[in-house]
Amino acid sequence: MSTPELKKVSAKPDLLLSTHHSLCPGCGEPLALRVILELLAELGVAERTICVCGIGCYTAFPGIIDVDVLQALHGRAPSVATGAKRVLPDRFVFTLQGDGDMVSEGLQEIIHSAARGEKFTAVLLNNGVFGETGGHMTSTSVLGQRTKTTMDTGRVAEKHGYPIKIADLIAQVDGSTYVARGAMHTPAAIAWTKRILGEAFRVQLEGEGFSFVEVLTMCPTDWYVEPSETPDWIERNFTGTYPLKILKHP
Amino acid sequence: MTKVLMEGSHAIAEAAIQAGCRFYAGYPITPSTEILEYMSHRLPQVGGVCMNAESELEAINMVWGAAGCGVRAMIASTGQGISLMQESFAELANAEIPCVIVNMMRGQGDYFQATRGGGHGDYRHLVLAPHTVQEAVDLVMLAFHVADRWRNPALVLGDFVLGHTSEAVEFRPRDESDLPPKTWAATGKGSRASLNVTPLGSPEKLDLKPGDHYQAIAAKLPRIAAAETRAETGLLDDAEVAVVAFGSPARFVKYAVHACRAQGMKVGWVRPISLWPFPAEAVAAAAGRVRALAVFEQNAGQMIDDVRLAVLGKVPVVPIGGISHDPSGFGVGPALAPANIIAKIAEVYRGKAAA
Ligand SMILES: Cc1ncc(C[n+]2csc(CCOP(=O)(O)OP(=O)(O)O)c2C)c(N)n1
Ligand code: SF4
Repeated sequence: MSTPELKKVSAKPDLLLSTHHSLCPGCGEPLALRVILELLAELGVAERTICVCGIGCYTAFPGIIDVDVLQALHGRAPSVATGAKRVLPDRFVFTLQGDGDMVSEGLQEIIHSAARGEKFTAVLLNNGVFGETGGHMTSTSVLGQRTKTTMDTGRVAEKHGYPIKIADLIAQVDGSTYVARGAMHTPAAIAWTKRILGEAFRVQLEGEGFSFVEVLTMCPTDWYVEPSETPDWIERNFTGTYPLKILKHP
Repeated sequence: MTKVLMEGSHAIAEAAIQAGCRFYAGYPITPSTEILEYMSHRLPQVGGVCMNAESELEAINMVWGAAGCGVRAMIASTGQGISLMQESFAELANAEIPCVIVNMMRGQGDYFQATRGGGHGDYRHLVLAPHTVQEAVDLVMLAFHVADRWRNPALVLGDFVLGHTSEAVEFRPRDESDLPPKTWAATGKGSRASLNVTPLGSPEKLDLKPGDHYQAIAAKLPRIAAAETRAETGLLDDAEVAVVAFGSPARFVKYAVHACRAQGMKVGWVRPISLWPFPAEAVAAAAGRVRALAVFEQNAGQMIDDVRLAVLGKVPVVPIGGISHDPSGFGVGPALAPANIIAKIAEVYRGKAAA
């Protein structure tokens, strides 16, 4: 009997300097990073990339990715990216923010950057919680979601308000060009996310305008869910509010 | 070089451009708005970018992005707007991103804000306080220079009077050959190793050591202080009283001091030009010659703390300024009138004012 040929389907991305990071096992954010790094290599833009990284668990990434990084404060990455892209328009600039960072603290900045049609790509890693500070409700926590600050009842609209669907909001803004939502919870979703991120990056490379991708990521630690159960958790709790789709394209 | 007649705010903006500033972000607020207006027309003419940002938070962080890419960048506002930017100032200092901040104060109530800052942690900015439009031009250029030299934000502390005074000025660009290239800036890695520009320090990947970084930032401050302290003194040789004042009011004080001399009073002045680092030695030296120091500032008493620290009780330090309310609300009211300042100095001279 002949041995079936083994096909390598994944390897450490070339742009990853080290596999050591401080994120929890089962976290969705390193998966998103991996897809982004693969795309930067495939598009051949690493040499002229500036990553503007916000504040959240993913703040562990700047030290291990082989592109230049500007670290922005909580909420401020779109403004920092605006300054960078405006003075170096031929560079490839993308932001990396969490939902607490972008939608809670920095809502004004992401909306205005979209409205101004800034020619960078904004990436949102949406896990519906403040991961780094320990699992509190953010503006994107969905109704019913239990977080450290909505423990007993889960998020209740009367008490905690409604989640903000930021991708939908940005799609409404005239200055945005490409808006899409993906997730990291299944191989199919990851493949889809890689496709939409690739499209968003190409919108920037072709100078077409502001591109935005929301990526739903798992946070087993702050959802109080076993890592193995998080894909199912996303399917049951997130994709109803945040369906995976392209909301706007050129 | 020819002189041109310019309003202070416009002269400050033009000086920045001639110093190589190619990015400006602002949000309107009196009396800094004229700088934004001037920049919006003039910066694009030299290939620069001016952003009419949607808030002060956005503006300072746009400056962060441009300056983090190695481009000379500036922002201006007044106290309220500057208050909103404090988190970024603190972390810009930690990220060692040089930029120039202009605060056109309403009065002089932002001395504490400028020299102590409202941000977190162990940081300082260089603070330069011009008293004429020509000096404003020179100090804006110096601010870009020292910001780059020390990789630290530098703040030019102007005010309403300075911004709205028109004077003949000349632009004298500085020799900048002593500045190293900005090899730390995020520009895309190209063929070099990739780097980080972060408030936690270290451009080297895999090697962020925040503790070491904060130590290095703290160790830089005394070196800045030793190199960048500036003050002007006048008529101190035989003086019995010296007046300490900074910024536009110092110009009124100089006039008043001369008027006092004409009346036979032996009075001189000390004018701190850098407010951080504060010229404590110049103030202490003046104190060694006189029987009292009078401090004129348009606030309830802020710089006077630094003067007292410099003097350490050796002579009385007497406040002769104060908040000055006029109907415009910008603190340019009657306290600044030379007659008032002369009368206040005379009281101290005759030993009547309380320490
Ligand atoms: C101005 C400011 N406020 C609060 C914080 C504290 N803080 C650090 S990380 C964080 C939450 C980040 O959450 P998110 O953006 O969703 O990213 P995640 O940690 O989930 O990856 C907060 C609130 C901060 N750093 N700065
Ligand atoms: S707390 Fe959540 S978001 Fe943060 S590293 Fe852990 S799993 Fe990831």
